[in-house]
This record gives sequence, C-alpha cells and structure tokens, in this order.
Amino acid sequence: MKFLRDALDKAKHNFEKGGKWEKYYYVFEAFDTFAFVPNTTTPPKGAQIRDAVDMKRLMMTVIIAMVPCLIFGIFNIGYQHFLAIGQEGSIGEMFWIGLVQVVPIIIVSYAAGLGVEFIFATFRRHPVNEGFLVTGMLIPLVMPPDVPLWQVAIATVFAVIIGKEAFGGTGMNVVNVALTARAFLYFAYPVDIAGEVWTYLPEGVKTVEGYSGATPLAIAANSITTGENAVNALTHFGTGWADHLYSFENMFLGLIPGSVGETSTLMCLIGAFILIFTGVGSWKIIVSVFAGAFGMGLFLNAVGGNPFVELPAHYHLVMGGLAFGAVFMATDPVTASQTETGKWIYGALIGVMTVLIRVFNPAYPEGIMLAILLMNVFAPLIDYFVVNANKKRRLKRATV
Amino acid sequence: MENLINIGVRSIFIDNMIFAYFLGMCSFLAISKKVSTAFGLGVAVVFVLGITIPINWLIQNYVLNAGALAWVSADFASIDLNFLQFIVFISVIAAVVQLTEMAVEKFSPALYGTLGIFLPLIAVNCSILGGALFMVGRPYNLTEATVYGFGSGIGWLLAIVALAGVREKMKYSNVPGPLKGLGITFILVGLMSFGFLSFLGFSL
Repeated sequence: MKFLRDALDKAKHNFEKGGKWEKYYYVFEAFDTFAFVPNTTTPPKGAQIRDAVDMKRLMMTVIIAMVPCLIFGIFNIGYQHFLAIGQEGSIGEMFWIGLVQVVPIIIVSYAAGLGVEFIFATFRRHPVNEGFLVTGMLIPLVMPPDVPLWQVAIATVFAVIIGKEAFGGTGMNVVNVALTARAFLYFAYPVDIAGEVWTYLPEGVKTVEGYSGATPLAIAANSITTGENAVNALTHFGTGWADHLYSFENMFLGLIPGSVGETSTLMCLIGAFILIFTGVGSWKIIVSVFAGAFGMGLFLNAVGGNPFVELPAHYHLVMGGLAFGAVFMATDPVTASQTETGKWIYGALIGVMTVLIRVFNPAYPEGIMLAILLMNVFAPLIDYFVVNANKKRRLKRATV
Repeated sequence: MENLINIGVRSIFIDNMIFAYFLGMCSFLAISKKVSTAFGLGVAVVFVLGITIPINWLIQNYVLNAGALAWVSADFASIDLNFLQFIVFISVIAAVVQLTEMAVEKFSPALYGTLGIFLPLIAVNCSILGGALFMVGRPYNLTEATVYGFGSGIGWLLAIVALAGVREKMKYSNVPGPLKGLGITFILVGLMSFGFLSFLGFSL
C-alpha cells in the first residue's frame, strides 16, 4: 500500500490550486479517499464528529452484503444453463459460464455510471459521489443474465443523470437509482427484459425436451386461467428435465432462473444479516416488507377466489425479487422514510403493494420494483405526517 | 356495492387525473411547494369535483341529451341540446367554484390567503371539466357518477400532496441551475408516474 500512497502524494500538487490539472481536483480526490481514509478533520470550532466509517466505508459495507448474492447468482447462471441444455457440468464450469455473463454487465454498469459521475463532478465542482458504488453493483444484480450490454449502459446513464444528478447528486435522489434503471429498461425494451430471457442460452444451443423458461410468478399467474392449484402447477413444472424445479426449497435456496442476484432468498437473508449487524440497513424496513407481503398473502388466502389468490402466503416471500428488493432496495436510506414510525408504514405498504400487483395486475408479473418506486414517491409524505403527529402529541403534553 | 368500490379505486389510482391523464397540471405544479397548502387546494378540488359531476350528470341526462326533455312535455322529445354541453358544464363549474371560494373565505381565511388566485382558477382546472366529460362518455348512473367525481378528486389530492411532500424535502437539494424550479418538477412528476404505472392494468 505504501507505493500507492507515495504515488498519490507525488501527484497531489498537480491537482491543488494553481496546479496543472486543477480542474480535475475532485477526480483525484475521489481516488485518494477511495483508497485511504481521509485524515482531514472538521475545523477546530464548534462540535466535532470524527468517525472512520465515512460514506465510502458505508457503501463498501453494502457491497460486501451483496457479495453472497453475487457469487450465488454467478453459480446459478451456469447451473440453470446446464439444466436447460440437459448436460452435466462441473461446479467450475458453472462458475465459468456465470462469470462470462456477469462480469461484462458489472464492468459496463460501473464504467457508464462512474463516467457520468466524473463528468458531473468536474463540471459542477463537487466531490465525486460515493453513492454510485452501490448503485453500480445493484444494477447488474437486477438484470437478466443475457441482457444486451448496450441496454445496461443506456439504462445506467439515464438513471444516474435523470434519477440522481438532476436532483443534485448522492443523497438527493427521490427514487432509487438502480430501480429507475431497471424500470427504464422494463418500459423501454419490454421484450428484452420481460420476455423469456431468464436463463442464459447461447445461440444455436439445443434445449432439453420440454424446456420452458417460465418463472414461478408466471406459472402462478397462469394458474388463474387454467384453474389448476398454483402449488401443484409449481411442483409439476419441469417434470422430465428438472424434476421439482420450483419446489419451495429450491425457490428459497434460489436454484431457479431469474435475474442475476435476486433468485436466492437465503443469500438475501445473509446480506440482510450483514446490513443489520453493521447498522447500515434498517431492520424495521426489512421486517415490515416481509410482514406486509405475508399479511396481505394471508388476507387474500382468507378471501379466496382464484388459484393465484389462494397461493399460500409463504410462497410469496420466496418467489421473484421480493427478498432482494426488501433487503437492498427498500432499505436505501435516501429514498426510504426517515422517521422510525414511518419506516414501519413504508415497509408494510411496499409488501402489501407487491402482492397486490402480482396477483391483480396481469400487466406485470413482478410487483416489487414498482411497489418500491411508488412508495419512494410517498415516503416524504409519510414522514411529514409522522412528524406532524409527533408535534401535535408533544404540544398537547406541553400545554396541559 | 362492489361496482361502486371498483369505480372508486379505479378513479383514484388507475385513472388518476394527474398521472394517467395529465389533467390539471397548472395548479398541480404551482401550488405544490408546501404540503399544507397543497392539501387545502386538494380538498377544494375534491369538493368541486364531487359536487359538479353529479349536477352535470343530472343536466346531461334530463336536459341536454337527445330526447331528454321529454319529461317536460312530449313536444320536446325531438330536441337535442348537446351542442350546449361545454357552455353549460363550464357555467355549473364556475358557479360551484364561486360557492367554494365563499365558503373557504368564511371558514379558513389563512388558506384563502395562501391559495390566492388559484382558488377561482379551479374553475378552469382541466381535471374538473375533464371529469365531467369523461363522465358523459361512460355509462354511469347518478350514484356511480358521484363516486367517480369524489374518486377523481381524491386521486388528484393524493398526487398533489405526494408531490408537495417530495418538494418540501427537495428544498435542500443542490439542483443544477438551469433545472431549478419548474424544470426539476417536471422531471420529478415524470419519475413519479413511473411509480404510478404500477396501477396500470389492474383488473379488479
């Protein structure tokens, strides 16, 4: 590490006031503080808070929490690939196929997003925003494994400029940036992102007989028209080429086709544990999203009507991206509610909306993305009412 | 009853005046800086929509429609007054808005002061006339039309209050110079309708 420090110190004078590359000071500063904890303190006046955990370290914690999802996602792409073409593959081969698919997406996402960040930092003369470290990792994790790379680039640039920089950069965005990227792709190129692209299949490869790329949510939604019990439909899916592919255990472990990082509920829970243990993510939001979805599921079961409505509530928790959204998207501290009571309301409404969209909206197979975007919009309003209720309560206490 | 709930939910969320039809944008953008004022204007819109749509329904069905005047005398059965529709609707709306203005001035002078010119301007709020015209195009009866009117108003109220909440928070944002004010608000409304797209296609 010593040589890196020396090199940075040597180059530093070029970027300081009066130096050759004064304009690019913030680009330099971003590299410097990314590699080393800055040693600057607040001026010796007024209150001083100094903590080694600055924003960059905070963001790194979130990325570490995402690593289990990422590694499992890479393995799962290979696993699904061999399952679909009906061949045996070693674990090494599975990881290799996954890596070939995922690494380019990550590179494109970071290159496009950080490019925009650096340009804005230079022109607007503000430090490079650390927020993109997390966003740049979230975007690949919510993409299907064989999404065209140019679409990833366009979506990332759109989300960073319109969703974040236009509002003043990190910490000022109103809606979650990674979800904006995904929603953009979803509505701009619906065929590529909502079609049957959940398994990586290179061109010309013959799939095993009876192969179908339908996701668990699509099968459950389909049960409305066929009238078959949704759980039966899920259990019977894959007979002949992948028996019991969509059993509850498989969906919990994540051995099902889907976007890169969102299939495994177990890995998301490990990530949730890291976030809660380090105090980075709010456990209230995570718990209330799951509780909201489960409660709504139970309520629908009680009402009944069609097979999807009668799908047992715990299935809703392991299908689709609910766990990933609850752990990594809903807890985004910028776009979530800030008040503690508000977090419960915010999370519960996300869970409820997710299940409602899944069950009653045939236009969208999955609801968590739009549910979080919708509640992002209402989060400040929830805060407003919570704060006002609090004010009223305390005023009452004061006057008595 | 189920039908009424369906119409209500539909008009609040799915056919939201702002995010689905982009009606009533002028006051939506202008009066959304503070939640309390936005709430006041929203309630006024709910009231005006809830009153004018049933009144307009009665006028449409007992006066304007072809042959609607038959209840007066059989001689009028051949009269079709539909060409008067816009004028009549607008006058009804203007009258109701006048009443609302007087009521607000009497009961809440503070709100009257903050709403300023925008209170009388509800008369030309596109969502009010839009609601009346949508009502004519759909086969509603009187109860359904009333529910529809209140539902549309509540949808508008929800939208403007949500926008005001976000804009109160955005006071602290360092928005790029050229986008300050209305520019960023337009972008914001676009992003908000992303969220509201989740209701598109709901089948109840």
